[in-house]
Amino acid sequence: MSAPGATARAVRRVAIAGNPNTGKTTLFNQLSGARGKVGNYPGVTVERHVASVTLPGIDGAVELMDVPGTYSLSARSREEQLAIQAVAGLHPLERPDLVVCVVDATQLVRNLYLVLQLIELGLPLVVALNMTDRLEETGQSIDVKALEQELGVPCVAIVAAKKQGLDALKEALARVLLEPARGKPGWRFEPDEALLVADMKAVEKELPADWVAGEPERARALALWALLSLDETDELGGIPPGLRTVVAKRRKFAEVAGRSLDEEIIQGRYGWLDARAKLFLKETGAATSTTDKIDRVLLHPVLGFPIFLALMTLVFQALFVGAEPFIGLIETGFGWLGERLAALLPPGLFADFVNTVVVEGVGNGVLVFLPQILMLFLFMGILEDSGYMARVAFLMDRVMRALGLHGRAFVPMLSGYACAVPAILATRTMERQRDRLLTMLVVPLMTCSARLPVYGLLIAAIVPVGSGLPFAQGALLAGMYLFATLVALAAAAVLGRTVLKGPRVPLLLEMPPYRMPHGPSVVHLMWEKSRVFVREAGTVILACTIGMWLLLSFPRTHVADGPSAPPAITESYGGKLGQTLEPALEPLGFDWKIGVGLIGAFAAREVFVSTMAVVYGIESDDEAQGELALRERLSAETRPDGTRLFTPLVCLSLMVFFALACQCMSTLAVVKRETASYRWPAFLFTYMTALAWLASFAVYQGGRLLGFE
Amino acid sequence: MVRLSELPDGEIGRLVRLDGDRAFRRRLMELGLLPGTPVRVVRRAELGGVLELEVRRARLTVRASEAGLLFVAR
Repeated sequence: MSAPGATARAVRRVAIAGNPNTGKTTLFNQLSGARGKVGNYPGVTVERHVASVTLPGIDGAVELMDVPGTYSLSARSREEQLAIQAVAGLHPLERPDLVVCVVDATQLVRNLYLVLQLIELGLPLVVALNMTDRLEETGQSIDVKALEQELGVPCVAIVAAKKQGLDALKEALARVLLEPARGKPGWRFEPDEALLVADMKAVEKELPADWVAGEPERARALALWALLSLDETDELGGIPPGLRTVVAKRRKFAEVAGRSLDEEIIQGRYGWLDARAKLFLKETGAATSTTDKIDRVLLHPVLGFPIFLALMTLVFQALFVGAEPFIGLIETGFGWLGERLAALLPPGLFADFVNTVVVEGVGNGVLVFLPQILMLFLFMGILEDSGYMARVAFLMDRVMRALGLHGRAFVPMLSGYACAVPAILATRTMERQRDRLLTMLVVPLMTCSARLPVYGLLIAAIVPVGSGLPFAQGALLAGMYLFATLVALAAAAVLGRTVLKGPRVPLLLEMPPYRMPHGPSVVHLMWEKSRVFVREAGTVILACTIGMWLLLSFPRTHVADGPSAPPAITESYGGKLGQTLEPALEPLGFDWKIGVGLIGAFAAREVFVSTMAVVYGIESDDEAQGELALRERLSAETRPDGTRLFTPLVCLSLMVFFALACQCMSTLAVVKRETASYRWPAFLFTYMTALAWLASFAVYQGGRLLGFE
Repeated sequence: MVRLSELPDGEIGRLVRLDGDRAFRRRLMELGLLPGTPVRVVRRAELGGVLELEVRRARLTVRASEAGLLFVAR
């Protein structure tokens, strides 16, 4: 039977920490077989991956969890604070039994800075030296035994992407789990500065008892953490006021004496490392790396930008065109499925409900987004993994910063031209919540593909085909794209300076070496994003679909008209709402029927076309014929006073409304998921609708003043 | 002593002083750029207004305006 202590424990927790770009995620996926679950850390929208793994000699369950990538445990924001909470087990997170620190072996000393902090905390630790296969090409070699000796913790050389050294790593993890003392060398870096020791002692007294847990090592480490992290402008949570006071006082004393506590602590750790580095690290000189050669082209002062634009065009083209056949397949498939299901049921309300849920809910509401989500994350995965995404920020920083946006917001913004849903999911590429939020708030203004059917209908109404103006239609469409883009950029500039006004953050990014993207990790990312979307946003979308159906199907006054009669949308609550809204829509040139169409379009913009067909009682099995009939109907529609309703000016006003209004419940559902709040989707809906109303008002009333109709 | 932003591409300087706000200085130091550490300007993106630096074998990007807060001895 197994040794005592090996089985008695319920769940053992292993946390994987490490600097960004060290292959932490790849190692996580390799160890867990990519069967992890993804959720959010409590209170913040930072993803947390958890997976259960088996380790040799350990009978009980072992839970593997990742810690957000960080260069240091010191923190300034809530997001950065997660690292210390996750490794030290500060409230509300639980303390791990073991921490694995993934280290990029090619940048050893810089990575050991984090390792040193973990050792200071007295956590059972194993160091995974990753990417050891690249040491030679960078002109270095590491003596792993000597490194172990100096650090006092087990160190294992691995190549996570090639699955090398993983068994040895698992064994090391198991050994330390069974015998934690093996991973605890005791305090390493010792501040010898008497003044700094006095500062630490003073701060230690104010640490909450549940932080310290009776361990003097933890107390010292957390005192250093507090001295490095706390100040008047930090955004950390759960810090006792007494601790803040003592840190502020100590920092002040130090400043008056001409000392810099930050420099003393950080210099102390690096000094410790630099003094020992030659014992375990041999540098034989650096040859020009492959990365340098690639960057000479990709970041070339003249060529760099055109290459970047070409790459982005490729991504966008693939997103837009490549996903199209799959979207068509899903739409047709679910249309067929919905009909079949409805045919099995007695005609009437229930059959209609089933058809709506299957076609508009599951099919067109949720699954139709998957081709673009998969496609976008294929590219996001490749761009991130290869290291090019960091270069995007390098190339685009000045342009994007002028708009208040992060350099990395470029790819999500561009994807917004295809669809806002995957674009919003892609905002995770930015670390700061503020940068993500700002991007999420402006991406829905980009002209997505769902607006095109509506524009098609309305442009044809303004400039009929064969009107003798060959380029007018194209110019109008291009104009709409340009208009929406300019509004989106202006909105970013305004929102970034008002609602999301934040401290200016220095750009300080690492430019990782180019690496071959790791196929399984990219596939895993695509799979995970799709799953999270279907499960979390999908439920909200489905609920909205049912809500919309109720709104547009009840009360049912025309049931007697026959089984095939369409629901009398005009008599429904939705229809009534459209009529109630008429006074608000009249200044834009719209009547209540357009209002009903706008309400219907909330499910998805392109639904406007079919809703208008229903409102005008146009029935046709053939889509093309149906649209033709609708166009004719629109041009014949008159106001009560006999004048034409769909004048070019009204159509233009309607297009402007569609360009700017947030007519998309899926977008709102995804924003809700990504911000974990109802506040931001509510704000998004409100500001976009207000913007749309004002712009349409300006177009219609301005146009009339100028004498247009 | 010159500002890091004034160092020509490819040249190495030794960091003497860091100005700027605390978060910026702390982050740089934690990335290993401490007084006394050699730093090389690898290239700059004119359109991006950004500098690429080499510090302890790692490549970092900083804005030109912020690199102006770092002083190096050539």
